[in-house]
Amino acid sequence: MSSTDIDATSSKGLRDKYAICGVGETTYVRGSDRTTRGLATWAIRNAMEDAGLKPGDIDGMLSYSSGDSTFSPFVAGDLGIRLNFYMDVFGGGSSTEALVGIAIGVIEAGMCNTVVIFRAMNGYSQVRVGGTGARAVAPISANQLHDRTYGWQSPGQLFAPTFMRHMYDYGTRPEQVAAVKAAHSEHASNNPKAYYKQRVTVDDVLSSRMICKPLHLLDCCVETDNATAIIVTRAERARDCRHTPALIQSVVGRCCKPRIDMHYQTGPISTVAGHYAKDILWTNAGLGPEDIDITGSYDAFTFTTMLQLEDYGFCKKGEGGDYVSDGTIRLGGKRPNNTSGGHLCEGYTHGLNMVVENVRQLRHDADDSCPIGPDGKRQHTYDYSEGGCRQVRDVEVSANLGWATPGTGSAMVMRRG
Amino acid sequence: MSISADYLGMNLQIDDLDKENLAYFGHCADHTFHLQHCGSCDLYRYPPTTACPWCTSPDSTWKPVEGRGAVHSYSEVHHAIQPAFKAFTPYLILLVDLDTQNGKPTEHEALRVAGNLVTPDGNLAPPEMVARVGIGSRMRMVFKDAADGLAIPHWTIDEDAEQPANPWRYPQE
Repeated sequence: MSSTDIDATSSKGLRDKYAICGVGETTYVRGSDRTTRGLATWAIRNAMEDAGLKPGDIDGMLSYSSGDSTFSPFVAGDLGIRLNFYMDVFGGGSSTEALVGIAIGVIEAGMCNTVVIFRAMNGYSQVRVGGTGARAVAPISANQLHDRTYGWQSPGQLFAPTFMRHMYDYGTRPEQVAAVKAAHSEHASNNPKAYYKQRVTVDDVLSSRMICKPLHLLDCCVETDNATAIIVTRAERARDCRHTPALIQSVVGRCCKPRIDMHYQTGPISTVAGHYAKDILWTNAGLGPEDIDITGSYDAFTFTTMLQLEDYGFCKKGEGGDYVSDGTIRLGGKRPNNTSGGHLCEGYTHGLNMVVENVRQLRHDADDSCPIGPDGKRQHTYDYSEGGCRQVRDVEVSANLGWATPGTGSAMVMRRG
Repeated sequence: MSISADYLGMNLQIDDLDKENLAYFGHCADHTFHLQHCGSCDLYRYPPTTACPWCTSPDSTWKPVEGRGAVHSYSEVHHAIQPAFKAFTPYLILLVDLDTQNGKPTEHEALRVAGNLVTPDGNLAPPEMVARVGIGSRMRMVFKDAADGLAIPHWTIDEDAEQPANPWRYPQE
């Protein structure tokens, strides 16, 4: 399974040329009492306000969904945005970073100037992310005959053979992986927006009921109703916006393992797409894991955070259990992960909220609790006790690691502008 | 001709254009496991595809393959998503490395065939049987009829085979 055959071909000249200049979201709730169209317009308005941009400043729109959301034309119409480009793509996790790459491409191609990317979903009250409800009783055909027929349908069920095999191959222990949830719950306790703000312990995770071995209830993400949005534009334009830009260093979009029609045909199945994506990510960024201050490793499950951190090279292969349980990924640790609480605690938006959080970290404005100084900015205490600060000190570079399945992933490196 | 079947409360459909799945499940209905074999590179593949994943040849022949192998990994579902499975929890989803073509064409590849752990007559396994199976367990294929031209391939414990003393099971038990 050589990774040396990967040729990262993007122009290194694109480093620092594009930026995320605005971020926005709705509340993270169960029961939004509005359509996904209403959620999307709400989040995009917030992102425009955050950037200091007007509807006439936006001329591109991208979204992703899996048959569970509205489409760009309706959202753009509602907000009075005239589009020079839009595209609504199929997909969930791993789309965010991939769509940032597409946004850069279409701007570079001269097709438009400024692109908003959104994800809007009633993931609790309409189409359940976990697969219960309408999705559980849909007819089964074609490729699904080889998985759903076996009660192998929900993300947890589909990914579990990877997680189990990692425990078998490397001796990874349940309590190590549970530490991801404990860490993210600490972060969420300092995030007033988070759906679950209560701190939990490793024992809480291990004593919660089993959903699908090796996943306890608290190894699984939350299902929520929400929308999130980010705005991508040229760096020089981003510098005219309200906040310090988050400059994009490299992106990888939906990078796959072999045989992605059924990725388990090629092993090691305890290795995930990050094994391939890392060579594109780090080569194009001109950086490596050692340069990264904070990570946003997708936490659909505790295991997905661990597997990606490992395969992107933040630790040696097989040592992910140690990495996520030794304090590194906690606020106050060497390299905190998902400081908003992520999908396990803040809310589920298929990866976009983790990019929102890292943009705020790079602005040094991730805080919601510390006192506001005379300059109107938070005076960070860096006291990470419950209800306290969640800004990481002196953040310069972040990495987001998006997950669709064990076989498909996306990633992005950003630095403070 | 298209097939529609009710299996465990699920509606299974094979479109008449889906010739690969019609052939795959049709052989299963005869209770003989067949896979597509590529005449160009001499490799079998699973699940059915419209070309050879190793050499792109569109031509293949359905050939019988022995339904025996060892568990590579598994899911043990305690909270069922699909309504019909709720009566059978915990149930196992198995990925079994066939003995045929194991480790080919490269070291980490195998024909890794999915199925539930079932009794020899094809019903989802009771808890005491679930507890016996883990990574390394030796399995043999059995079929559960669902409709004319459609049977579901599954796995049951190969009682004639030498089983590992302690197949690997999730540690928190």
